[in-house]
Amino acid sequence: MIRVTRLLEVKDLAISFKTYGGEVQAIRGVNFHLDKGETLAIVGESGSGKSVTSQAIMKLIPMPPGYFKRGEILFEGKDLVPLSEKEMQNVRGKEIGMIFQDPMTSLNPTMKVGKQITEVLFKHEKISKEAAKKRAVELLELVGIPMPEKRVNQFPHEFSGGMRQRVVIAMALAANPKLLIADEPTTALDVTIQAQILELMKDLQKKIDTSIIFITHDLGVVANVADRVAVMYAGQIVETGTVDEIFYDPRHPYTWGLLASMPTLESSGEEELTAIPGTPPDLTNPPKGDAFALRSSYAMKIDFEQEPPMFKVSDTHYVKSWLLHPDAPKVEPPEAVKAKMRKLANTFEKPVLVREVE
Amino acid sequence: MLKYIGRRLVYMIITLFVIVTVTFFLMQAAPGGPFSGEKKLPPEIEANLNAHYGLDKPLFVQYVSYLKSVAMWDFGPSFKYKGQSVNDLISSGFPVSFTLGAEAILLALALGVLFGVIAALYHNKWQDYTVAILTIFGISVPSFIMAAVLQYVFSMKLGLFPVAGWDSWAYTFLPSIALASMPMAFIARLSRSSMIEVLNSDYIRTAKAKGLSRPAVTVRHAIRNALLPVVTYMGPMAAQVLTGSFIIETIFGIPGLGAHFVNSITNRDYTVIMGVTVFFSVILLLCVLIVDVLYGIIDPRIKLSKAKKGA
Repeated sequence: MIRVTRLLEVKDLAISFKTYGGEVQAIRGVNFHLDKGETLAIVGESGSGKSVTSQAIMKLIPMPPGYFKRGEILFEGKDLVPLSEKEMQNVRGKEIGMIFQDPMTSLNPTMKVGKQITEVLFKHEKISKEAAKKRAVELLELVGIPMPEKRVNQFPHEFSGGMRQRVVIAMALAANPKLLIADEPTTALDVTIQAQILELMKDLQKKIDTSIIFITHDLGVVANVADRVAVMYAGQIVETGTVDEIFYDPRHPYTWGLLASMPTLESSGEEELTAIPGTPPDLTNPPKGDAFALRSSYAMKIDFEQEPPMFKVSDTHYVKSWLLHPDAPKVEPPEAVKAKMRKLANTFEKPVLVREVE
Repeated sequence: MLKYIGRRLVYMIITLFVIVTVTFFLMQAAPGGPFSGEKKLPPEIEANLNAHYGLDKPLFVQYVSYLKSVAMWDFGPSFKYKGQSVNDLISSGFPVSFTLGAEAILLALALGVLFGVIAALYHNKWQDYTVAILTIFGISVPSFIMAAVLQYVFSMKLGLFPVAGWDSWAYTFLPSIALASMPMAFIARLSRSSMIEVLNSDYIRTAKAKGLSRPAVTVRHAIRNALLPVVTYMGPMAAQVLTGSFIIETIFGIPGLGAHFVNSITNRDYTVIMGVTVFFSVILLLCVLIVDVLYGIIDPRIKLSKAKKGA
């Protein structure tokens, strides 16, 4: 495979939290990569480790109680894990920008919006006061805030939720980061505003050519923005592929479950949405074998005994499930998923067992 | 803003009127009078005195004439300190108490916030526990014990400062520490808990995600937001400390206002009771007003001009 320019490569990353109840293994060996200009969506339920993964890249996880157990985070080939706090400060904001979930609380209520933006510039660039102020106005204009000259001198409480999220985006983009991590940026917003923010992010990506990691639990959002998708469950990536591969040729029963529980335009009001039964496992004592086995109707005996390996379905599509093993019985995905299944051109004849995602 | 302050001043006058009325009648309702002492005065002399000070008139007439003079900021003559008016007592005592109080407030505020912030930054580490122990001492050791210990250590043993009296700056040092210890401990606890809350908030994470250093995050983003509860406490605390403490001023022999609060009651010195009460109320109301204005400056979400309905 031709190696395109990899911006970010996360290798076997494991992070745990020490609590009174024992060690919580929030993420347990995560592998993924991100190319320049690409958008990767990480999806999963609450507690699957999405946010921990994103905050780990910025090293914003409070330590203690959290700690890096193993693994590497290669940003432009340089490992971020061993960097000191001081060195990380030059990465945060400058190389990697971050957008948080709740715009109502992620801005400082007692500081003018303009100052919160110029602060980033003063930290990472040699810039005069006037130039910084001008740039803040430009940034507000870029993210679609009307009357930026006036707005720049206002406080966050004078903005609506959607407008605040635009400010947060402007802040994250201020120093032209190569990577933008958006941790559920639309979850706290209502649907029409969600659509506007997503449009804005797509627009901006074209304009300034940054890579994006998009954390969400909303598959509708994923289809809209992402190039590739990684599905997380219980601290691991269970399936990863291009958007088409995940939506039209999903292989993991957990992905099936997620897709089946999503309403579509075709679904009539009568049919009930399916839900994945049960709750995610307690990561203080992660289950032996496949973490999803307890909630899966496709579970086999081996799922309770041995952790499944990765199978490669195409050059870009990887699945961590015993169901792809040659000896596994052939199973049918749920109706809702099956209806949308398509044969994709680049799929291999047979899944190939691999050690890890390459 | 000015309109707001103007409106608040009108409310203050109404409040003061209520305070004057209630205090006046409560004081009169208490048994005894300024001239009833252990040694009984001959009834003729007492009648003469009462007539001289207008105490023989009906209560309501006394009340109206008192209201008139208070409106002119004239609190009348003292019954016990011959030849001195209440205004004289206040204008000689208050500057002393104010100097001492202001020093104590600055000390309490500076050290209290500093200790609180340190404790919050090193939450659950030895620094936090040290501050916790200090603040428990500060709050639970009464000021007269504090004063005695300070006098013993710094003047008797080390000879660094004078034991008591009121002369130069050196004389203010020990009493202001004794006066500041309780509010300082209180401020430290308040700012610690609100700092911890603020440090866990989302916008602090945002600030860290910008790549700001820890001091920058603390100073620029955290402290200002953590200061509101401290400002709330500052209002009544400042009024109390500025008008003098009976205990501290007695122990250190300071000619402040504090003593009058207590002595005037035991003396039934009607005009002094009324005078210091009204004066204290004015200071308290002013402090509360200042706090409210400060709120608006510290937190832009609090709009003073919109307080119409609430106030």
